[in-house]
Amino acid sequence: MSTIAIARMELLIARRNMWVFTALILMGLFSSVLTLAGGAPTGTLGVDPLLIATTSITTLSVYLIPLIGLLLSFDAIAGEAERGTLALSLTYPLSRGEILLGKFLAHLMVLGFAVAVGLALTAGLTIWKYGSADLNYWPLLKLFATALALGAAFLGIGYTISALAKQTGVASGIVIIVWLICVVLYDLGLLGALVADGGGTFTKTIFPWLLVANPADAFRLINMPTDTVSTLATGIGAAGQASGFAPQLASLLLWPVLALTLAWAAFRRVEP
Amino acid sequence: MTVLGIENVSKSYGEVHSVQGVSLNLNAGERVALLGHNGAGKTTLMRMVLGLTPLTSGRITVLGMPPGSRKAREAIGFLPESVAFHGALTGREQLHHFARLKSVSTAAADLLLERVGLTHAMHRKIRTYSKGMRQRIGLAQALLGQPRLALLDEPTSGLDPISRHEFYDIVDDLAKGGSAVLLSSHALTELESRTDRIAIMSKGHLLANDSLSNLREAARLPIQVRVKATPETADSVAAQLGGTRVNGASVSLEVQQESKVSLLGQITGLGALVKDIDVTPASLEELYRYYSVPKQEGK
Repeated sequence: MSTIAIARMELLIARRNMWVFTALILMGLFSSVLTLAGGAPTGTLGVDPLLIATTSITTLSVYLIPLIGLLLSFDAIAGEAERGTLALSLTYPLSRGEILLGKFLAHLMVLGFAVAVGLALTAGLTIWKYGSADLNYWPLLKLFATALALGAAFLGIGYTISALAKQTGVASGIVIIVWLICVVLYDLGLLGALVADGGGTFTKTIFPWLLVANPADAFRLINMPTDTVSTLATGIGAAGQASGFAPQLASLLLWPVLALTLAWAAFRRVEP
Repeated sequence: MTVLGIENVSKSYGEVHSVQGVSLNLNAGERVALLGHNGAGKTTLMRMVLGLTPLTSGRITVLGMPPGSRKAREAIGFLPESVAFHGALTGREQLHHFARLKSVSTAAADLLLERVGLTHAMHRKIRTYSKGMRQRIGLAQALLGQPRLALLDEPTSGLDPISRHEFYDIVDDLAKGGSAVLLSSHALTELESRTDRIAIMSKGHLLANDSLSNLREAARLPIQVRVKATPETADSVAAQLGGTRVNGASVSLEVQQESKVSLLGQITGLGALVKDIDVTPASLEELYRYYSVPKQEGK
């Protein structure tokens, strides 16, 4: 019950603070633009237009979803500790795990809502443009489910940073760095290693696992079709498909659990 | 019945000893004022009772349960010193949230909003509230579900004199309902008639813990007696009673409790020379000063 109460209040606050609105605008706008413009390069070839759209949206979501997840979560513990609201909450009969879970549920709902609206717009616009015949909705559903998992992982990472940093200013700085590392620098590093290795052992054995270990890359791999579209979209993705579907899924499922466990452990040590 | 038991509790942060060997009990229906300078250890003691800060040594029980346990937290209502809320919520939304956490009906929460006089502003965002209004929301949440133990840290700071009066009425009701109330304050005069017991802390030590009258007796601070005469007779009154003349027409004397009645008899014996009499026992402020200065510093 306490978890529901926390989630309820967090949703209310997220709505008042315009977080819901911001996330919605971001996802809705980008999804619409990519759906309308995404078909342009391929023209009206035999490729499923929805597949084209989801591929573009995947590339964008790799950046946007971790960002929204971190923005929603970096203030969750540090902000409350700083404002002094955390001490009072902790005198009520509920555990820190319940507080964390309540916040997580609310933030995941905000994120899920934004992604759902974005993808619904994509589906709607695609049907409007190409008709509903022969559309394959599976990539869309897969994108939604994996986006939730990716978001959950970064919410957990954000809470961990929030609990460890104890100050919102510090936490906000760290989440931006973490975001940059996870979605940009990590891949650049791997790409550099690939080039240096020149198709040796690293490329064949270690690289696919390192790639899948990053939830953002696992998300990208799982949503990129294995055919030519992915080669067009990103070279690194095609090379990484070597790891296979199961490890990609495992990475996306384990990261939220791991990140939330870390967040809980860090939160337990916070003395308000 | 003992609601709060504090036995020989200490708290150290490295070399800093915030609380040292404090023992204090609170029974159901008792109102205890915890006094002390800033940094005396009052807030640290309260935080330990709440389970927010671990103890270095000693033992605390809330209705027999360890501090911070779910049962202990269910029994406690707490008003922090500088109470803060989410500014984006309305007063009513915030109180309803706390009610849900304490499994109290939202209808009961609305009644408390009325009790603290916030019904008119309950649909406004908390960020538009004055400090006094936030303090009232804080008090309302501390009252949710008639807690067995109420911990109120500087509850009247930011309240105007009328609101302070209303606040103590609420505390009285709470105690009459069987709650034990521990409140800390700097506003000493308002506590005199509103608490059953006074506990004084200084530099982490508990230096006094008794009823106001017992503290007065033990301190043996003189009672101030002021006899009003006329400008013509003041000198002769002063000579007969052995006091000093002040303000031209009055005589001031200091007397211990046991000699008070005989002195009053003597004054009455002066008959028409005496126009008026004021008898003032040591104020809480004087007692506080007396007790809060550690004995080794010359007391």
